[in-house]
Amino acid sequence: MALGAAMNINRPLIFAAAACSALTAGPAFASGGDAAPVSPWVSLAYLVAGVFFILALRGLSSPETSRSGNRFGMIGMAIAVITTLLTHEIANIVEILIAIAIGGVAGFVIARKIKMTDMPQLVAAFHSLVGLAAVLVALAAWLNPEAFGILDANGQILTVSRIEMGLGVAIGAITFSGSVIAFLKLNGNMSGSPIMLPGRHVINLGVLAAILGMIAVYTVSPDGGAGEGWLFLAITVLSFIIGFLLIIPIGGADMPVVVSMLNSYSGWAAAAMGFTLSNTAMIITGALVGSSGAILSYIMCKAMNRSFISVIAGGFGAEASSGGDGAAKVDRPWKRGSAEDAAYMMKQAESVIIVPGYGMAVAQAQHALREMADLLKKEGVSVKYAIHPVAGRMPGHMNVLLAEANVPYDEVFELEDINSEFSQTDVAFIIGANDVVNPAAKTDKSSPIYGMPVFDVDKAKTVFFIKRSMGGVGYAGVDNDVFYMDQTMMLLADAKKMVEDIVKNLGH
Amino acid sequence: MDFISILSIFVMACFVGYYVVWSVTPALHTPLMAVTNAISSVIIVGALVASAEAVSPVAKYLGLLAVVFAAVNIFGGFAVTERMLAMYKKKERK
Repeated sequence: MALGAAMNINRPLIFAAAACSALTAGPAFASGGDAAPVSPWVSLAYLVAGVFFILALRGLSSPETSRSGNRFGMIGMAIAVITTLLTHEIANIVEILIAIAIGGVAGFVIARKIKMTDMPQLVAAFHSLVGLAAVLVALAAWLNPEAFGILDANGQILTVSRIEMGLGVAIGAITFSGSVIAFLKLNGNMSGSPIMLPGRHVINLGVLAAILGMIAVYTVSPDGGAGEGWLFLAITVLSFIIGFLLIIPIGGADMPVVVSMLNSYSGWAAAAMGFTLSNTAMIITGALVGSSGAILSYIMCKAMNRSFISVIAGGFGAEASSGGDGAAKVDRPWKRGSAEDAAYMMKQAESVIIVPGYGMAVAQAQHALREMADLLKKEGVSVKYAIHPVAGRMPGHMNVLLAEANVPYDEVFELEDINSEFSQTDVAFIIGANDVVNPAAKTDKSSPIYGMPVFDVDKAKTVFFIKRSMGGVGYAGVDNDVFYMDQTMMLLADAKKMVEDIVKNLGH
Repeated sequence: MDFISILSIFVMACFVGYYVVWSVTPALHTPLMAVTNAISSVIIVGALVASAEAVSPVAKYLGLLAVVFAAVNIFGGFAVTERMLAMYKKKERK
């Protein structure tokens, strides 16, 4: 009650104070109220930077325009950084340039060396850095509010800035620790299977409520008041902990959602700090990145027919090892094929659709696969690739790997564009995918993947299914009827080795 | 700028983001993540402001550290996006 009342009384003051500080200190954060008014050109420069960032994303609407889009992003960033450096009295430009150089070289080297199969880890690692930078900036703003132009006439941090900083530090910290866990899981340093703490929902909700409560208390407590300093640090620490707790129960194949979600968080963290600095470039970027990550999470959830809440609650795939219908899967008859069979059948075929999945990435089979496709095309076979939105460990993962292997992007199709073609296709060639071709998603209401959009590979005349062994089931832990169909031949081997053998057999 | 103006920019930018991102082709979703990563490092602006001021040495070093992290992301993010986009090629028509 008291808290609400205090906020209500303060509110008109907040806006008045914010307006005053904007007039005097302005968005370029000149310190104190007595600084010279900031030229509107500075605000304009940040706005232009923001527009360039919009153009950067716009460019990605097609591969042809994407490269110029990326350049726009670089220009926008250069404008933002140079404007900041030029409009501030900087005592230690050397130190700053050294810091940029260290980070820049490290980033550049990593970007050059990283393997394309490791992209999900890299993106998770980059997210963690954005989160950590947001935390550090929020802490710096809290320690030195004058520099950020967020003090009111009495030398107190503005109430609205407190909310922004509190949210900024919390979201930043969650992004950091969550991304670190995501990185460890994707990189294989930590098991991909969900880690379930007893009572985790209660713990998580409790910690989240505590963070929000502390931000509220911090917002209304005066500077230097009892415990004010500890409060901000406690918000930071608890947010680190909740980021950790939120991601550990989420399993490997749900990582596309997690990575997208953390992408979104890193945007909101940047936006929150943009509010603190009244900086349009940061606000526009934060909003863009925030919505981008949110949309990607939505697309991923939809492609698995799962709600966002159920993904975040975690634990999916944990029951897999206890093997739902263990007895049934051993007894059913299936046919084993060989590399020669596959080579022969595909050479005779008119059309082949390749369905790659995460297993292809693990086996690094994309180059051999493209070689196989090239040989088939030489024989006059039409070859297409079909990619499920959640194939791989991040959105678009398979597309990048195929592009790396020089597969032209106009041979690669999305689920809804190609699914109707399976019924007229001679061969469906499944490599490293499983759940995304499981017909149980269409028919079996009791299946955990029921309702998930899947490829109709069962309609193809012949199915080749590369799998390491008959024992393992997909991530969802469900048996796949495609294994046992009359027209299916199982190719049991390492994906890369099998494809290479097929290539050899196609050779003569 | 007053809070409401800033909030207006933010809300409008969310809508712009919504429409722009839906128009991104799914084949480029991985580069999209890499480039959003790079541009969200515009937070370097805040880090520069923090590190430029010598009033609080702790704040300054926190700022410099944030500059390093953001720079890793900016250079790394744009470079890796560039590398990925260079791989997307059309079918050669002979």
